[in-house]
Amino acid sequence: MASQIKIKATLENGVTTVKTLMLHPMDTGLFKKKTGELIPAYFIQEIKCEHNGAMVMLVDSGIGISKNPYLAFSFKGGKAGDTIRVSWIDNKGGTDTAETTISAGNG
Amino acid sequence: MDGKRRLILKGILMSLGAALLAPLRAFAAWPATAFEAKKVPEALNLLFGHSKLTTRDADITLTAPELAENGAVVPVTVSSTLDNVESITLLVDKNPNALIARFNLAPNTLPYIKTNIKMAEPSNIIAVLKVGDNLYSTSRRVKVSISGCGN
Repeated sequence: MASQIKIKATLENGVTTVKTLMLHPMDTGLFKKKTGELIPAYFIQEIKCEHNGAMVMLVDSGIGISKNPYLAFSFKGGKAGDTIRVSWIDNKGGTDTAETTISAGNG
Repeated sequence: MDGKRRLILKGILMSLGAALLAPLRAFAAWPATAFEAKKVPEALNLLFGHSKLTTRDADITLTAPELAENGAVVPVTVSSTLDNVESITLLVDKNPNALIARFNLAPNTLPYIKTNIKMAEPSNIIAVLKVGDNLYSTSRRVKVSISGCGN
């Protein structure tokens, strides 16, 4: 299946800003169906962001992150064309990975 | 000679790489008990071994709406002028589970994150920045119209 992670990485004044959007229900385990049955917790536990294979961001996340998680962060040392890889793993062992390259901004 | 030099260089580079990655690797296990904690101090104790927060409002900027119409999606931005920030942790004091997420930073990652979080009721969002053994924090009160955490 094609990855459902969107990533945009832009370089400006020596700082690379990564914006990423993941597709996931992030069910809390606290909501009930109309039948009264609890919807079990189903959420991303870990998000990894790597720059040319080196970890630049590692998120431990819980049910408090909104559905379809959004994350933006910045780091130094990236160059235009470098690889940015984002991957996540959820509490049921599900996973998704996507890659992009850093594009030069206006700076 | 040349081959040996290259091997030594490679060794040095590899150990350098390992040293840089070490702080992030140390956090690799998902902190299950901290995510189950109901209250902020309990979650902090489980994550960091203590819950002594030092308020640094001037050095940490936490941006969130004053009124969140929809508690299921509350945009939050944290940035800081502090150096050597190892992680940024977000908590909400009145959520069923206080801990939202911990963002572990590499040495070249800037102390800045932006994300969307869930809030059950009007409460404080707390940002905790780890620098060495110190926990620096700031908080922001947010009103919530519709709960984002269940019924």
